[in-house]
Amino acid sequence: MVLLKEFKKALLTSLWFVFLTFPIVVIKVDPIERTVFWRWQNAFYMAVGTFSIYLLVKFYQHRKENQPKSSDAGENKLPISSLIHRILLNPVQRNIFIGIVAAISIVFPHIFSTYQTNVMTTALMYVVLGLGLNIVVGLAGLLDLGFVAFYAVGAYTYSLLNLHFGLGFWTVLPIGGLLAATFGILLGFPVLRLRGDYLAIVTLGFGEIIRLILENWGKFSKGPSGISNIPRPGFFGMHFNLEQSVLYTYYLMIILVIVTIFIVNRLQDSRLGRAWIALREDEIACQAMGIDKRKTKLVAFSLGAFWAGIVGVMFAAKTTFINPASFTFLESAIILSIVVLGGMGSIVGVVFGALILILLPEYLRALSEYRMLAFGAILVCMMIFRPQGLISNIRRTYKFEKKSPPPVR
Amino acid sequence: MKQPILNVTNLTMDFGGIRALDSVDLDVNSGEIVALIGPNGAGKTTFFNCITGIYQPTGGDILLSLPNKSKKVSLKGLKPNKVTERGLARTFQNIRLFPKMTVLENVMIGRHCRTKAFIFGAIFRTAATRREEESILETSYAILEKVGLAEHANEFADNLSYGAQRRLEIARALATEPLLLLLDEPAAGMNPQETLDLDHLIKQISQEGQAILLIEHDMQLVMSLSDRIFVMDYGKKIAQGTPAEIRANPAVIKAYLGEEVDA
Amino acid sequence: MDYFIELFFSGLTRGSIYALIALGYTMVYGIIGLINFAHGEIYMIGAFTAFIVATVLSVYGFPLVSIVIISGLAAVVWASSYGYTIEKIAYKPLRHAPRLSPLISAIGMSIFLQNYVLLAQTSDFLPFPTLFPDLEFMEPIAHIIGTTDVIILVTTIVVMVLLTLIIKFTKIGKAMRATAQDRTMATLVGINVNNVISATFIVGSGLAAIGGMLVAAHIGQINFYIGFLAGIKAFTAAVLGGIGSIPGAVLGSFVLGLTESFATGYVSSDYEDVFAFSLLVLILIFKPSGLLGRASNEKV
Repeated sequence: MVLLKEFKKALLTSLWFVFLTFPIVVIKVDPIERTVFWRWQNAFYMAVGTFSIYLLVKFYQHRKENQPKSSDAGENKLPISSLIHRILLNPVQRNIFIGIVAAISIVFPHIFSTYQTNVMTTALMYVVLGLGLNIVVGLAGLLDLGFVAFYAVGAYTYSLLNLHFGLGFWTVLPIGGLLAATFGILLGFPVLRLRGDYLAIVTLGFGEIIRLILENWGKFSKGPSGISNIPRPGFFGMHFNLEQSVLYTYYLMIILVIVTIFIVNRLQDSRLGRAWIALREDEIACQAMGIDKRKTKLVAFSLGAFWAGIVGVMFAAKTTFINPASFTFLESAIILSIVVLGGMGSIVGVVFGALILILLPEYLRALSEYRMLAFGAILVCMMIFRPQGLISNIRRTYKFEKKSPPPVR
Repeated sequence: MKQPILNVTNLTMDFGGIRALDSVDLDVNSGEIVALIGPNGAGKTTFFNCITGIYQPTGGDILLSLPNKSKKVSLKGLKPNKVTERGLARTFQNIRLFPKMTVLENVMIGRHCRTKAFIFGAIFRTAATRREEESILETSYAILEKVGLAEHANEFADNLSYGAQRRLEIARALATEPLLLLLDEPAAGMNPQETLDLDHLIKQISQEGQAILLIEHDMQLVMSLSDRIFVMDYGKKIAQGTPAEIRANPAVIKAYLGEEVDA
Repeated sequence: MDYFIELFFSGLTRGSIYALIALGYTMVYGIIGLINFAHGEIYMIGAFTAFIVATVLSVYGFPLVSIVIISGLAAVVWASSYGYTIEKIAYKPLRHAPRLSPLISAIGMSIFLQNYVLLAQTSDFLPFPTLFPDLEFMEPIAHIIGTTDVIILVTTIVVMVLLTLIIKFTKIGKAMRATAQDRTMATLVGINVNNVISATFIVGSGLAAIGGMLVAAHIGQINFYIGFLAGIKAFTAAVLGGIGSIPGAVLGSFVLGLTESFATGYVSSDYEDVFAFSLLVLILIFKPSGLLGRASNEKV
């Protein structure tokens, strides 16, 4: 009986969606030729699609409700999530896991083509961008929708300093990061006292302002046509051919990823990291515990910006050409999707999120058209069904061996 | 010899045209338990919010005496985190723990203002940072043992029972090494057994020399714990004295009976 | 002087459009405290629906008056349906989630809808059919204010008056005001809050669709991306006026429209959008409660 009712509801829902999507999906007009195409098959696909998705969601909810609540705190774990947790919590397995990953990353460019190495390098850049944004959004709970602005600052720092002063990649790498961090502080100082949703919008506005300035201030940034012939990263004056250069950039990115993971991991387990998480949980309680709200947020914000700046320099050096079109709001949204999909606050999650979201559309060409559609859907679905992300963060548990009880006061 | 720790004089707070606090005086001496009572809406929590920096009071002064120093510092106009740094730590009426952090971490957050490791120390994990982390851990664990939550150390805070969450709030506040501990209705919503445990806990903390100022509606608890009691009504202080004096004070009886019998 | 008046009217026209969109933001924010990031996309979908329906009708040779009426109605009906459905899918399940969750969901929805229209239709700019022919009696002042501008202004005023009447005097309007003030209390006195929220989305989306159709007719072309910028500018207007306040949204929209118009007219048109974004950032930093809004404090 219940089943029949659900089928009826699924049918009604799919009819509603056929109606809803009718003008956009079924009709296509050509206003110049003055012709109308009726794509009735799309209405049929829509009906079938909605019907099955509805039943799938209902089935998922049903299973979730009937699950025995014995597992810790009713936390439902994905198989992949619990597998990764198990591996990471066991030191031997963790070392094997790290070893395998390291081996794969070293041999990757030697097995696959230059093109694929290039794609992987891009994915690794998103890993670092994701980890940077993860500090801001995942740990400190500050929704930054203008993250791409700091990325742009890094990229333009390298391009312009190189263009005008001939500075090399290695000189600019720290400058780009520090300049982006400075921008982070300058922006963060006035806006970080704002409530979460206002902060999100202000950062979005800031990101767009930076992009519009780059687009319109031609004298400074060469406008929409961008800057080309940016040198690739060098190595003690050695000159690489294109293939070697791709290889070199790839290994540089691997090193950057490792360094970033190392640092973010340490930060997360420190006094500062705890303060960020506490700030995310409850600002007022946090202040009442003696945490300087503004300073703590500012540090998170500028550290995130720092990484975006670093990757920006890498990006300019890798692609050898930049223009403002690379730094739109959608770029920020992609990085946010990576963090949300992987799991806010979870390092492993963000790495997986970046690899999935950047590599999947690259290899499944058929999907690449639907890339942005999927990013949007991911943000919505993750919030509704799995706000903790694919691989949720494991909070560190402290083992305490009792020594002589220390005096408290 | 009892020394004064907190001296609040003429504290006044206006919200728009409404005077929520009207020249309230209050003082707490070292080692004392002082209770602040009064009917609902009397302004007790506003008083707490004013002295802890969450609200900026319109008038009056809040002076804290630091140990080993004859000088007193004013807490007026300080941000909440600075107030806590100076030595006033509080709990909240409606529990405000960090729900997705472990019990131990909640207490470790309390150590924040007594420690200093920052970006550099965190990344390079210097010897000083390691020592500091160890001491944070030790102190926090010891406090958890004191409030009887040690066996829950690695559970998430929101998995604790209600009474345990209230005790964790106290533990977290204690971790900041306060000169004065402020408890905002610590027994609210507790069952009789939990209230009794709380009574023991507060007495135990007090015996270790901790000065405590508490807001509480449970009169039995207030009478059992307090050395002195201040009574507020409609934003004004209407009485102060020992539990026995307060019990017999006609103004207090009127304030309570006029509203409702609370005990 | 004519230039000044021209800019003034063009500012008013801009302001009217912003107002139609900003009302949706402010009403939704007033009731569920959410920045409905996908609202700009509702506006875009309204414009697209009007475009499609109007083109279809004109291809099949319907008279102009019926095209205007039918495509306008279609835009309102479909945009409202989208608004209703989006709320049910993306926001309702998150009503008790942490504050940022629905916002992230809204951003996702916005990106989703943009690409949905992009994939189902096209990424090109499409010419919008001429719906409002230049009226003859407007001829003498046509260099200052066009016919479409007049129609936009008049429509906006009529819609505003209707909205005010609905909110002041109808049952659902009163329920909306009650829910905006205190959702729990509204539930306790027997208001079905879910219905009120749905109604808010439906009304807000309908207004945005009217705005979408008018803009498309005014500018003469549309594409899938018009919602993003219009949405942000309307949001700026809503914040400028004090988000949550309906008169505030209207006031803020006209202030923004006039500012933009004069700034691009007298300063530079290169930085047209920078003005709006800078205004947004500055208001949020210095007066987040806006011109007519109330400051809100969290209860401790």
